[in-house]
Amino acid sequence: MSAANTITYREAMREAIREALRRDDRVFLMGEDVGAYGGCFAVSLGLLEEFGPERVRDTPLSEAAFVGAGIGAALGGMRPIVEIMTVNFSLLALDQILNNAATLLHMSGGQLNVPLVIRMTTGAGRQLAAQHSHSLEGWYAHIPGLRILAPATVEDARGMLWPALEDPDPVLIFEHGSLYGVSGQPGPGQVDITSAALRRSGKDVTLIAYGGTTGKALAAADVLSAEGTEADVVDLRVLRPLDDATIMESVGRTHRAVIVDEGWRSGGLSAEIGIRIAEQAFYQLDAPIQRVCTAEVPIPYARHLEEAALPQVPSIVAAAREAVAS
Amino acid sequence: MAGKKSARAESHRDLLRQMLRIRRFEERCVELYSGEKIRGFMHLYIGEEAVAVGVSHALTADDVVVSTYREHGHALIRGVPATTIMAEMYGKATGCSRGRGGSMHLFDVARRFYGGNAIVGGGLPLAVGLALADKMQDRNRVTVCFFGDGAVAEGEFHECLNLAALWRLPVLFACENNLYAMGTALARSHAQTDLALRAAGYGVAAWPVDGMDVLAVADAAARAAEAIRAGAGPHLVESRTYRFRAHSMYDPDRYRSKQEIEQWKKRDPIDALVASMKAEREITDDDLAVLEKEISEEIDHAVAFAEQAPVEPVEDLSRFVYSETSETSGRARVGPVEAAS
Ligand SMILES: Cc1ncc(C[n+]2csc(CCOP(=O)(O)OP(=O)(O)O)c2C)c(N)n1
Ligand SMILES: [Mg+2]
Repeated sequence: MSAANTITYREAMREAIREALRRDDRVFLMGEDVGAYGGCFAVSLGLLEEFGPERVRDTPLSEAAFVGAGIGAALGGMRPIVEIMTVNFSLLALDQILNNAATLLHMSGGQLNVPLVIRMTTGAGRQLAAQHSHSLEGWYAHIPGLRILAPATVEDARGMLWPALEDPDPVLIFEHGSLYGVSGQPGPGQVDITSAALRRSGKDVTLIAYGGTTGKALAAADVLSAEGTEADVVDLRVLRPLDDATIMESVGRTHRAVIVDEGWRSGGLSAEIGIRIAEQAFYQLDAPIQRVCTAEVPIPYARHLEEAALPQVPSIVAAAREAVAS
Repeated sequence: MAGKKSARAESHRDLLRQMLRIRRFEERCVELYSGEKIRGFMHLYIGEEAVAVGVSHALTADDVVVSTYREHGHALIRGVPATTIMAEMYGKATGCSRGRGGSMHLFDVARRFYGGNAIVGGGLPLAVGLALADKMQDRNRVTVCFFGDGAVAEGEFHECLNLAALWRLPVLFACENNLYAMGTALARSHAQTDLALRAAGYGVAAWPVDGMDVLAVADAAARAAEAIRAGAGPHLVESRTYRFRAHSMYDPDRYRSKQEIEQWKKRDPIDALVASMKAEREITDDDLAVLEKEISEEIDHAVAFAEQAPVEPVEDLSRFVYSETSETSGRARVGPVEAAS
C-alpha cells in the first residue's frame, strides 16, 4: 500500500460528507458542534468554511429536536445527514428514531419515505466510563424499518455514505471511536451496503465481528495462524438486515463459529447471529458456537477494569481454540 | 461592630480558601493528566470557581447537590475529600466511586453529593425527584442542581422547570452560563439568550448574577435558598461566568479568540476577591502565603493517597451491577441512601 494513497478513517468520512454536499444540493449536515468546533471527533473540520452555515448546521443541545427535524426535513424533500455525538446521547432521540423515522413509511401505508442518514460514534476503549462508552447499535438493529451500517475500514468509511443517502429509508451509521485515527486505502468510491465481507480466509474456524472488533478478530486470526489454525474473518458491515448468506457460507466451510460483539451478551446482536446459525447451519456445526462479548457491566473508568470488560485479542483466541478443540 | 466586621472577613476568607482549593486542585490535575495519571475526559472549572463556592455557601450539610461532568469543584466544596476525588481520577479502589466513574462521575452520598453526570441535562430530573422525596417526607432541604447554558436547550430542562414549579419543589436550579456549550457560543444556540427570562415562562423566579463575583453569587443563592426553605418553590440563579480553559483536555479551543479569553481573565474571581479583601484589610500577603501552603499540602496529600491506593481487583469487575444480597437473609441490601435522616 503506497503511503500517498493512505488516509485516516476520520478523513475518509469527511471526504464522503464533502462529496455528498458537492454532489446533491439537498444534502446538508447538522448536529452539535459540527460547524465552528469542527465535529466532536474532528470529522467535519473545515466543512463549515467550505459550505457555509446553511449546509453545515450547528444545532443547540437538543437531540430529540434536531433528529426529529432531520426526519421532517427528509419528509420535506431534503437529504439530511444528522450527526449525533455518540450513541449514548442518541437515547435522547430514541423516540424520534423509533416512533417516527422507522415507522412512518409503514404507518402511512407507504406514503412517507424518510431518506435520512444518522451518523454517530459508538464503543469503548478510551476510559470514558459508563455514559460515554456503550455499544448500543445492537438495539437499533432490533428495529424494523432501519438499515444499520458499521464501517470497520477506511474504504467503508469513505464508501458507505453515498449509497446510504440514496437509500429511500433511514440509515444509521455507527463509527467506532477507536477507528478515527486508523489509516488505510479509501478505495475507488462507493461500496455496497447490503453484504458482509470476508476479510481473511481460513478453513478451521469462522470469526464473526464488525466495527471496532473487526481489527481485534483479524489480530486474533494472526495469532491463531501462528499456531496452525486458519480463521475465516467475516466483517458484518451491515447489522440490519443481516447478510445471512455470507455467514452461513463461511460456517458451512469451517464448521465452527466464534461471534465477537462489543455489545452485551444477553439479548444482543451476538445472540441473534448465534440463533441464525443454529437455525440455518445447525448440521454444519462441529462445535458449540462461541461468543466473546462485553462483560455485563456498565463500562468502568479504570483502565484495567475497562480492558477486562471488553472483547480482547486473547479472549477471541481462547474462544477460537475452544471451538477448534471440541 | 468589630464583631460583625470580623465575621465578614472570616466569611470572605472561607470563600477565598474554597475557590483557591478548586483552582489549585485542578491545576494539579492538569499536570497529572499530562503525566497520564488521569485519563478519559476531564473538564476543568478554572475561572468558574465563584459559582460553585458562592452557591454552596447557601447550603447546609443536609442539602443535596447534583452536578455535571465539570464537577471537581462542586465535589470538593461539598466536602468530598480531595484524597478520594484524586484516587477516583486515578481509577483506584479507594476513589469515591471505586474507580468506576473517573473525573466525570464523582459520587459521595454521605456528603449528599449525587454525582457527576455526563449526559447534558441528565441531572435535572434527578434533582427534581430528590426534592420531591424530601417534600413527600416532610424534610426541609434544598436540592441544588448545577447545569450549563447548553443544558438549557435540552427538553429535560424545560420539562423539569415546569414540573418543579407545578409541584412547588425545593429545587435551586444553578445555571452556570459560561457562554459556550463546547464550541457553540450562547447566541448560536439560543434564540433568547437571557436565560433567566426563560424560567419566567414556567413561573420560576430567576435571577441573573455576576458569576465572577463570589459575593454576588453567594448573596443571590442565599436569598434563593431562603425562599425555597420557606416553601416558595423552585428558584433559578443564572451565574454569568467564563471558563478559562478549553472545554475538555481534548478540545483545541478553535472557536473563540485569545483576546476574549484574556479579557475575561482580567475578571478572575479569585484575584477580584483578593483585591477587595486587601482593600478592606481583611487579608495580608502573609495570610495568603499560609493559605496557599495549606492548600498545597492538602493536594500533595491527595496525590500521595491516590498514588499508593490499591486498584480494584479484576475479579470485582461485575460488582455493583445489582445490589449485593446478604447470604443469610437472601434479601437485597439497600445502600446508604437516606439512611441518615
Ligand atoms: C445529551 C448530551 N449531548 C451531548 C453531549 C456532549 N457534550 C458534553 S458537554 C457539552 C457542552 C455542554 O455545555 P453546557 O451545558 O453549557 O456546560 P459547560 O460544558 O459549558 O459547563 C456537550 C455538547 C453530552 N454529554 N450529552
Ligand atoms: Mg456552557
